[in-house]
Amino acid sequence: MKYSYYPGCTLKNKAKDLDAYARASALALGFELEEIEDWQCCGGVYPLGTDEIASKLSSVRALNEAKVKGQDLVTLCSACHHVIKRVNDDMKNVDDIRTRANNYMQLEEPYAGETEVLHFLEVLRDKVGFDKLKEKVVNPLKDKKIGAYYGCLLLRPGKVLGFDNPENPTIIEDFIRAIGATPVVYPYRNECCGGYISLKEKEMAKNMCDKIVDSAEGFGAEMLITACPLCMYNLNKSTEGKIPVVYFTELLAEALGVKEEVEI
Amino acid sequence: MQRIGVFVCHCGSNIAATVDVKKVAEMALLEPGVVHAEDYQYMCSEAGQARIQAAIKEKNLTGIVVCSCSPRMHENTFRSAAEKAGLNPYMVEIANIREHCSWIHKDMEEATKKAVILARAAIAKVNLNAPLKPGESLVTKRALVIGGGIAGIQTAIDIADAGYEVDIVEKTPSIGGRMSQLDKTFPTLDCSACILTPKMVEAAAHEKITIYTYSEVEAVSGFVGDFTVDIRKKARYVDSDKCTGCGVCQEKCPSKKSLSEFNRGLNTRSAIYTPFAQAIPNVPVIDTDACIKMKTGKCGICEKVCQAGAIDYQQKDEIVTQKYGAIVVATGFDTIKLDNYDEYAYNQSKDVITSLELERVMNAAGPTKGHLERLSDGKHPKEIVFIQCVGSRCADNRGKSYCSKICCMYTAKHAMLIRDKYPDVNVTVFYIDVRTPGKNFDEFYRRAVEDYGVNYIKGQVGKVIPQPDGKLLVQGADLLDNKQILKEADMVVLATAIEPNPDVRKIATMLTASIDTNNFLTESHAKLRPVESPTAGVFLSGVCQGPKDIPETVAQAGAAAVKAIGLLAKDKLLTNPCTAKSDQLLCNGCSTCANVCPYGAISYEDIEVNDHGIRETRRVAVVNSALCQGCGACTVTCPSGAMDLQGFSNRQIIAEVDAICR
Repeated sequence: MKYSYYPGCTLKNKAKDLDAYARASALALGFELEEIEDWQCCGGVYPLGTDEIASKLSSVRALNEAKVKGQDLVTLCSACHHVIKRVNDDMKNVDDIRTRANNYMQLEEPYAGETEVLHFLEVLRDKVGFDKLKEKVVNPLKDKKIGAYYGCLLLRPGKVLGFDNPENPTIIEDFIRAIGATPVVYPYRNECCGGYISLKEKEMAKNMCDKIVDSAEGFGAEMLITACPLCMYNLNKSTEGKIPVVYFTELLAEALGVKEEVEI
Repeated sequence: MQRIGVFVCHCGSNIAATVDVKKVAEMALLEPGVVHAEDYQYMCSEAGQARIQAAIKEKNLTGIVVCSCSPRMHENTFRSAAEKAGLNPYMVEIANIREHCSWIHKDMEEATKKAVILARAAIAKVNLNAPLKPGESLVTKRALVIGGGIAGIQTAIDIADAGYEVDIVEKTPSIGGRMSQLDKTFPTLDCSACILTPKMVEAAAHEKITIYTYSEVEAVSGFVGDFTVDIRKKARYVDSDKCTGCGVCQEKCPSKKSLSEFNRGLNTRSAIYTPFAQAIPNVPVIDTDACIKMKTGKCGICEKVCQAGAIDYQQKDEIVTQKYGAIVVATGFDTIKLDNYDEYAYNQSKDVITSLELERVMNAAGPTKGHLERLSDGKHPKEIVFIQCVGSRCADNRGKSYCSKICCMYTAKHAMLIRDKYPDVNVTVFYIDVRTPGKNFDEFYRRAVEDYGVNYIKGQVGKVIPQPDGKLLVQGADLLDNKQILKEADMVVLATAIEPNPDVRKIATMLTASIDTNNFLTESHAKLRPVESPTAGVFLSGVCQGPKDIPETVAQAGAAAVKAIGLLAKDKLLTNPCTAKSDQLLCNGCSTCANVCPYGAISYEDIEVNDHGIRETRRVAVVNSALCQGCGACTVTCPSGAMDLQGFSNRQIIAEVDAICR
């Protein structure tokens, strides 16, 4: 099974490991991530302005390329997933944005939201299945108490992202169980880490992350996992190494026994 | 040729401000058959009706058209006025130039043009009207009340006191409903059970009232005055005639792990159980899902300990068929599920509870014997936060758009009772608005704030955060102070929205009673017929019609009873003569009409016909006019055009359309 894959800029720099472990794990699970050609930065932030078209075009290009290949488009970074998923929703449902974006794009056939956008975790849940994943685990991560950190971008707005219940998500906990570890449920797992505010107001971002980390630790988490490079950056500033924060793909690769093969 | 009079009403300025009524009358005079036309300020007034009657007599009118409001408003008024002047009431037609014209248009010229067209259509119809005579049907002097809560009990008592037989059908093992689950009632704080149980006993002891508990309405047929209803009496596995209600079976039952429905799942009950101590009837039922005997065949302890020999594992459901003249729906409500509100951590923490659960916690017969304690660890709470409007007044589709109406008052009640009994407990209430219209209601709320020191904060709560130490952190906003609030609490109580009992959809379908988008039963007129359903003979009592508190429910229950009594007091009802009729010469007996008839009013018979000298036997449709409701489904479906609706014949409808298109 092949999927079109949109890695995004961060995964080529700071978050190379998020990307590399995902590719290796995918092969071990029997599917392939085919990086689309000539992708551009998603912009990092979904443009809320309804008349803002230009910054949505890179997403439309990626989406259309997957459509032409007849594949679903898989993402990994929470921010990229959020932007592309929401632009796709606009292309499907908002006439004005669809018309104007297509006027810019001049595609052979106008794009109207045909591609399905899947986050890597959704592939694991809905395409591979957590039961199947469990069977493929060779190195179950027993005795690890892991707190899932969702952040906000994967979950909200709930109706558009359609990822999980935004107030009480379970997908990462199910993932943790599938790789043999114990999930720790804590109430701040779907709260915002502050995102880009850390560029301007470091203290505010730190306050927000402190609450998350304290809550996770309080409920017994010994490690946090995330899918988002920016969340990881902010959380690391807060934990200062007290408890590790890792990408979920790293644990996946470890559980599947392919971690050692990956070169970063 | 008809001699038609046209009467154009001003309705004060309701019509006359937008429609040139004189012009309508003038134009009407030009129509075929019209011999008289006039306008008047209020046609429905006595003087207006007198003008119509005078014209009928003076001009020998054979039909009239009144251009006025909706026929739902005054058709009956004008029909009886005409009848008194010697005209058949079915020779009266209404052209609705108010709701269909003046109220919805602004431009006078256009509105006048439309009013003239509407008048023209009605005139064209009257030209083809024929006098009709209503039939008669007998009234069964017995009422059915569906639901045995306070609404159903009150309605039943009131109808029975007037001397008519009443049956109450209640789904659960006991009557009493939601009110039996409440601890105290606002605004007087009297104990709910203390005022309810005498009513329950009165209903049970009343010689005119029969109570079917643990029973459900299975099928309804017939029509106003003559309904036939099948009631399923579910097997209790306990013989009601033998059982003495001693309670030994419940004590000895080894299966005690089923969640108590009455205590909202906060504690457990035995497999053989009565829901609460004052249950009526005081006869237990066996929960077959939990009963060890039913599941494995081994046990039978209740049978062994029962001195009266009342246990009967072989009991079967029983269907009782009964005839009724009137049906009152009193199916009540439940609180909404909180699955869409995970931010309040209801499913994550035992110390986040709904207000109805708090009623059980506060009640001496409840899971904590009336002691206020946290359900997680049994500790006495020091800080309690109430959150109002959980699922009510919701703009998105997570919750309900309406105000549940009772929550502001019961939250004030809870806050006050807690502060009164436990002065060491701090109580905070988050609210959007505090709504207390009702006798002595606002005074009650102010007492909570001023005398009992309850801390009211205007603002919504965004999240309830369970802490590792078991406390709860409530994150909210104080809109008056423009501040974010993080408040530690030991318990959080959610004023959960109420919704109609989910079973009401099924019941409404059986009764062909209409229901709104929120599953509340629709009343016939929002202001003037609030306890009547649009289906004749079906009345509404209590929260099934819309949110209300106990005093309002009891008042409406009485009103519904009066309407039912008014119906039962009649020996005969006039039936609507606008029923379908089959032309036997055209009918080929194809059964299409019978298949679409929602009332089962069409049957077939074989007749001898002489078709151009050939005698043959042919199967033709026959309409039972007592059952036919005049919906017209058969007339449009009939492929040979044999079926026609009296008073709304195909010719008349086409004449109207022609008149509009002319």
